[in-house]
Amino acid sequence: MDLEVLVALPIIIPLLIGALSLTLLNNHSAQRWLGAIGTAILLISAVWLLVHTLEVGIQVLEVGSWPAPFGIVLVADMLGAIMVLLASTLGFITALYSLKTIRKRFERFGYYPLLHLLLAGVNGAFLTGDIFNLYVWFEVLLVASFALLILGGERAQMEGAIKYVTLNLLSSALFLTAIGLTYGLVGTLNMADIAVKLASLEDQKMVTVIGSLFLIAFAIKAAAFPLFFWLPASYHTPQVAVSAIFAGLLTKVGVYALYRVFTLIFTADTGFTHEVLLWMGVFTMLTGVLGAAAQFEIRRILSFHSISQIGYMMLGLALFTPLALIGGIFYIVHHSVVKSSLFLTSGLIYRLGGSFELKKLGGLYRKHPGLAILFFVPALSLAGVPPLSGFFAKFILIKAGVEVGSWWAIGIALLVGLLTLYSMIKIWNEAFWKATPEPNPPVPAPTRNGLIYFSIGVLAVLTVALGVFAQPMYQIADIAAQQLLNPAVYIEAVLGRTSP
Amino acid sequence: MKPRRFNMRSLILNTGSSLLLPLLVLFSLFLLFRGHDEPGGGFIGGLVAAAAVALKLFSEDYKAARDMLRVHPLQLVGIGLVLATIASFPPLLVGDSFFTAQWWTLDLPVFGEFKLSTPLLFDIGVYLGVIGTVLTVVFTLAEAEHS
Repeated sequence: MDLEVLVALPIIIPLLIGALSLTLLNNHSAQRWLGAIGTAILLISAVWLLVHTLEVGIQVLEVGSWPAPFGIVLVADMLGAIMVLLASTLGFITALYSLKTIRKRFERFGYYPLLHLLLAGVNGAFLTGDIFNLYVWFEVLLVASFALLILGGERAQMEGAIKYVTLNLLSSALFLTAIGLTYGLVGTLNMADIAVKLASLEDQKMVTVIGSLFLIAFAIKAAAFPLFFWLPASYHTPQVAVSAIFAGLLTKVGVYALYRVFTLIFTADTGFTHEVLLWMGVFTMLTGVLGAAAQFEIRRILSFHSISQIGYMMLGLALFTPLALIGGIFYIVHHSVVKSSLFLTSGLIYRLGGSFELKKLGGLYRKHPGLAILFFVPALSLAGVPPLSGFFAKFILIKAGVEVGSWWAIGIALLVGLLTLYSMIKIWNEAFWKATPEPNPPVPAPTRNGLIYFSIGVLAVLTVALGVFAQPMYQIADIAAQQLLNPAVYIEAVLGRTSP
Repeated sequence: MKPRRFNMRSLILNTGSSLLLPLLVLFSLFLLFRGHDEPGGGFIGGLVAAAAVALKLFSEDYKAARDMLRVHPLQLVGIGLVLATIASFPPLLVGDSFFTAQWWTLDLPVFGEFKLSTPLLFDIGVYLGVIGTVLTVVFTLAEAEHS
C-alpha cells in the first residue's frame, strides 16, 4: 500500500473533526467526545508518520498529482515529523484537559472547532513544502488563535489580543513581502526549488536582504527579542487549556519556520544571518528571564519564561553545527512538553488554591502533595536539573557552544538557567511551601479532578522519560539535524533530482 | 435615546421578493453547477444564495429568515467543510495522489451528459461554507438590531 497519504493525515484529521464538531454546534457532549477521540486518532497518525519517516526517509506528497515545483507539496522530513508528533500529543492532552475545564459558555462559542482548526493549521505549517502555503497555514492557525484568545471576552483578553493581533499581522505582512520578493527573484514558491535557484543567483546581496525579512517575520512569531512583547501581554489571559497549547505550540511554529528557512534556503551568508540569530537568541534568553523575575502571577512568570526559552532554540540554530542543531531540536521537544505541563498545572493550582497570584497562595504542598509533585518535576526540568529532559537539552547546546568557542553565549545561557531555577523556586516557595495566607482566597467547590491530574501526569512522565531515555531522542534529533545540514537530501526528495 | 425603528414592510418589496426568491436560489444553483469550466462556481453561487436569504430578512424579518434556513448558519459552514474535506478522499480509493480530481460521466435521459466529479463536491462544500459565513455575519448584525 502506498503510504504517502500519511503525510496529509495530520492536516486532514483535525480539519474533518473540526468541521464535524461545527455541524454538531449545539451538541456539546458530542463535541467533547469528538475532541478526545479525534485528537487520539491524530496522535496515532502522527506516531505512524514519525516511524515511517524514520524507516523510509523523507516523505513527499504531491497534492492533486501536480508535480513539484508547480503544485503544492507536503513534505515530512524528520524535523517536520517530530514537530507534528509534538503538536498532536499536546493537542490530545489539551483536549483531555478541556473535557473538565472548559465551561458551557465557551463551548457555545465554538471552542472545540477552533481547537481542531488550530491543530490543522499548526500541522499544515510543519508539513508544507511550499513557502506560500506556509503563509496560508500561518494565517489559518492565527485566525483560530485570535478567536481562542478572546473566548470569554474579558477586558484583559481584549487588551492582550489587540497587541497579539497587531504584531502578528505586521509579521504576516513582512512574511508576505518577503515571499513576493523571493518570487520576483526566482519565480518559484516551492522551498526546495527556491533553495536551488537562489544558490545559483549572482546577486547574493538581495538574497541576504530577503533572508533578513524572513528573519524578522518569523522572529516576531517566535516571540524573539526585540519584538516579543505581544506574548506576555496576551498568554496569561485566555483559558488555561488555551494558554497551554499556545505556549507549547504557537511560538514553536515560528521557531520551526526559522529552522526550515535558515537551513534549507538562506545558508549562503551565515556569517551575517546566523550571527544576527545568535545575538537575538542571547538577548531573548536574557530579557525573558529578567522579565519573569519581576512577576508574581504564575501565568505571567511562565509566559516570560517561554520567551527566554525561545532564545535557547534560536541559539541552537545560530551556532549551526550538527551538535547545536541536535540540541535545538531536543530543546524544542523538551520545552513544549514542560511548558504546556506547567501551564496546565497553573490551572489546577487555581482550581485548588483559588488564585494565580503568588501572594494569595500558600500551603498547597501540605494540602495537595500530588499537585506539588506535578509542579515540581516540570519546574526542575525547565531549570535544567538532571536527569530530566531540560538537563540534556541544555547540556547538548552548551557543549555545542564550547566546541565553537562561543563563550559569551554559553555564559549567558548558564546564567539564564540559574535565574530560571530562581523563578521556579519562587513559585515553589510561595505557592506550595509557605503557610496559607490569611484571609484564604475563596476556593471553588471541590470537584473530581482525576482527568486533569491524569493529563498533566502524562506530560510530567514524558519529561522524565525524555531525560531517562535521552539516547533514543538524541538519535532521532541527530537524524533530523543531519537532514537539516544536508539540504540536498530534502531537495532531491522533493524535486526528484539533485541540485545542479 | 432609543434607536429608531425602521418599518421595513413595503408591499412592493414583499411581492417582489416572493417572486425573486426562488429565482435567486435557482440562479445560485445554476452558477454552482456551471462552475468548473465556465465562469461561476461555489463561491459566487454561495453569495447569490446568501443574498436570497438576506432579501427575505429585509422584506420580512429576522425570524422568517432564520426559519427559512432551518439550521444555524455555522452548521452550514461545518457541513460545507466536511464535504470539501471528503472530496479529497476518493482519489485514494483508485490509487491516485491525494486531492487528485476524479471525474465520472453519467448519461442521463433528459439532461444528456452529466459530469460528476470531486471538484464539484468540493465546490458544493464551498457553496455551503460561503452561505454559512455570510449569513452568520448578516444574522449577527440583524440580531443586534432585533433585540
